[in-house]
Amino acid sequence: MKSTPTKKARASKNGRSPQSDGSKPARWNLRLYVAGQTPRSITAFQNLKNICEEYLKGQYHIEVVDLMQNPTLARGDQIVAVPTLVRKLPQPIRKIIGDLSNTERVLVGLDIQPR
Amino acid sequence: MIKANRRNRPNNVVGLQKERTGIAGFDEITGGGLPAGQPTLICGSAGAGKTLFAMEFLVRGAMLHNEPGVFVSFEETDEELATNVSSLGFDLKQLIADKKLVLDYVFIERSEIEETGEYDLEGLFLRLGHAIDEIGAKRIVLDTLEALFSALPNEAIIRAELRRLFRWLKEKGVTAVITCERGEGTLTRYGLEEYVADCVILLDNRVQNQISTRRLRIVKYRGTAHGTNEYPFFIDENGFSVLPITSISLDHKAPTQRVSTGNTRLDNMLGGRGFYRASSILVSGTAGTGKSTIAAHFVDAACGRGERALYFAFEESQDQIIRNMRSIGIDLEKYVKKGVLKFQNARPSNFGLEVHLALIHKMIADFEPQIVVVDPITNFLAIGDDIQTKAMLTRLIDFLKLRQITAMFTSLTGSSSEIEDSEVGVSSLMDVWLLVKNIESNGERNRGLYVLKARGIAHSNQVREFLLTDHGIELIDAYVGSEGVLMGSARASQEARERAGTVAREQARQRQQRELQRKQELYESQLLALKHQFEADRDAILRELEEDQSRESVEATQRLEMARLRHADIAVQVEENGARRKSRKGTVR
Repeated sequence: MKSTPTKKARASKNGRSPQSDGSKPARWNLRLYVAGQTPRSITAFQNLKNICEEYLKGQYHIEVVDLMQNPTLARGDQIVAVPTLVRKLPQPIRKIIGDLSNTERVLVGLDIQPR
Repeated sequence: MIKANRRNRPNNVVGLQKERTGIAGFDEITGGGLPAGQPTLICGSAGAGKTLFAMEFLVRGAMLHNEPGVFVSFEETDEELATNVSSLGFDLKQLIADKKLVLDYVFIERSEIEETGEYDLEGLFLRLGHAIDEIGAKRIVLDTLEALFSALPNEAIIRAELRRLFRWLKEKGVTAVITCERGEGTLTRYGLEEYVADCVILLDNRVQNQISTRRLRIVKYRGTAHGTNEYPFFIDENGFSVLPITSISLDHKAPTQRVSTGNTRLDNMLGGRGFYRASSILVSGTAGTGKSTIAAHFVDAACGRGERALYFAFEESQDQIIRNMRSIGIDLEKYVKKGVLKFQNARPSNFGLEVHLALIHKMIADFEPQIVVVDPITNFLAIGDDIQTKAMLTRLIDFLKLRQITAMFTSLTGSSSEIEDSEVGVSSLMDVWLLVKNIESNGERNRGLYVLKARGIAHSNQVREFLLTDHGIELIDAYVGSEGVLMGSARASQEARERAGTVAREQARQRQQRELQRKQELYESQLLALKHQFEADRDAILRELEEDQSRESVEATQRLEMARLRHADIAVQVEENGARRKSRKGTVR
C-alpha cells in the first residue's frame, strides 16, 4: 500500500499531489480511492484539495489510488464505494464516501471539526 | 432420478442452460442445477444453511466440474469461513492455492463511514471483476449481500447499484449465488427478489415437536420445470444433501420375479413362491407376535441368496437383534461381517420425519440393497401425526418401488385397537399384508398368521398357527373342527385324542387278527384229531374184517378137514361153497 509510485508520479505530474512540506512528514495522510477519471472522481479530488488547502494547509499528504488500474488495492482498505477518502493518519482510520461536495460533513468526517 | 433428468433434457436444450451444482440431490429436483450465467437468490433465516449451500456450490464446482469460483463474504472473514467448512471436509486453503477459489471478505464498518455527496459501488464491482478475472471464475457467491444495506446509508444508491450489479454479473456470464436473510412475511428483508427474478430458492428450518427439519423449496425458476414441493435436506459430514423424495409418477415397473419369504410354508401360503420382487410387504401385529422374526427370516433368506439387505431398526440395537435372532436359529451376524447386511439403528425422535426419510434415501443410495426392512413404521407416529407419517411412508414406498427394492415394513398394532386396522393406515399402499395375531383361548395365547392381502398372488385364506422354535418360524395348520379353530394346547390335545383313537383302532384290528389266527389253529387241530380218530376207527374195522375172514377160512379149512376125515359128500359141499372158495383161493391155500 505504501508503494504506489505510479500513482504518486501520475498525480504529481498533473499537479494533483500538493504537499505542504517535502522534508517533514505530513500530519494528515489522506488517500482517495477513485475508479477511473470520471467527472465524479475529478470533483471529489477538487473538493478534497480545496478543503485541505483551507483547513490543513501545510500538514497534509494526498495519495490518489485509481482502482481501475490497481483493483487489488481495494481489498486492503475495504473499499466498496467510490470515491472513498481514507484518513490513514492520524489514527484511527476514517472513511468518507461520496464526492466530498458537503464540506461540513467532510470536516466532521475527518474530525477536523467536532461533531 | 436419471429418468427425471432425461425428461428434463429437452427443456435444457430449448431454453435454459443449467449449471450442475454438485450438491447431492439438488441437481435432480432442479433438472440440472442452477441457471448458468444467471444470478440465483438463496433466502432463509439465520442458520438455515445458506452459506453452506453457497460454499458447497463453489467447492463442488471447483472439484467436480473444474469451474473456479469466487466467494465474496460480507459477514465472515476468510479464516472463519475456512474453519467453518473444514468440518465438512472442504479444504479451502488447498483450493485457493490451486487457483480454484478466491475468498474476498468485504467488510464495511458503518461507524467509520461518513457520507458526503454522490458515490457508486464501482469499488465493489472492481473487486469482484478482479477476483473473477484472476482465476477465470465461472461461479460467484455473494454471501448476504444485504449487509450493504446496513453498512451504507443511502438505500437509493444501493438499490440502483444492485440492479447494475446483477446486470453486470449476467454480462460477465458467471453463475451467481446470492444469499439473503429472510424478512417478515417476505422472502428477503430488503426485497432483493425483485432484482433476481430468475431463480429463487428458499431454505427453511422448522421445529415441530421439538424436532427440527430443514427444508428447501424452489420458489421460482423461470423457464424450466421444477419440483414445487418442499424438499427436506440435511447437512452432515459430507455437506448438503437434498432429497428428491416425492415420486414423480406411478409408473414404476412391476417385475414378475418372486422372492422367498424365507419360510417354505409361508411361501406356500403365497402361491408357493413368496412375494413379488419390488413389492412392499406389511407385517402387522400386536406386541410380541413375531413381526421382527418374520423380517429376520426374510433378510436371512435374501442374504443367503447373495442379495444385499438393509435393516432400519427403530427399536432395537444391532447387537440385540442379532442376539435375539440367534436364539431362534437365525445367524445374521455372518451376513453383517460379509457386508451384505447392514443395520441402521436410530431412535425415531433423533430427527424429524423428513430427515429420517432423507437418511433412508441416502443409505439406500449408498448401500444399494435389494431388500429393505423398516422395523417398525409405527414408531414414526411418535414424531409426526397420521397424515405426515402416511405421506412420508408413501414417498418411501414409491422410492423403493422405483429402485425395485422389495421392502418389508412391520407395524405394531395396539392391543386395544381393531386388530386389522393398521395404525398408520398404509395398508392400502402395501402389496402384501401379513397379519400376526395373538389368539387367546383356553387360558393361553397362540400366534396365528393370516395373509390378509397379496396383490397378484393366489394366496391361502386360512389361518396358520405360528410357532417360534429354535430353528426359526414354523407354520402349522390350525385344527379346524366343530368348535372352530384350535390352536396351541387345544390343538395338541385334539391331536393327542386323534392319535389315541388311531392307536385304539389299530389295537382292535390286531386283536381280531389274533382271534382269526387262533380260530384257524383251533380248527386245524380239531381236523387233525378227527383224522386221527378216523384212521384209528378204520384200522379197527379193517382189523375186525380180517380177523373175521381169517376165522372163516380157518373154519372152512376145518370143515374140509372134517369132511375129509368123515368121508362126507365133499363134492356137494365143494359145490355149495364154490363161490367163496374161488374168491379166496389165494388166501385159502
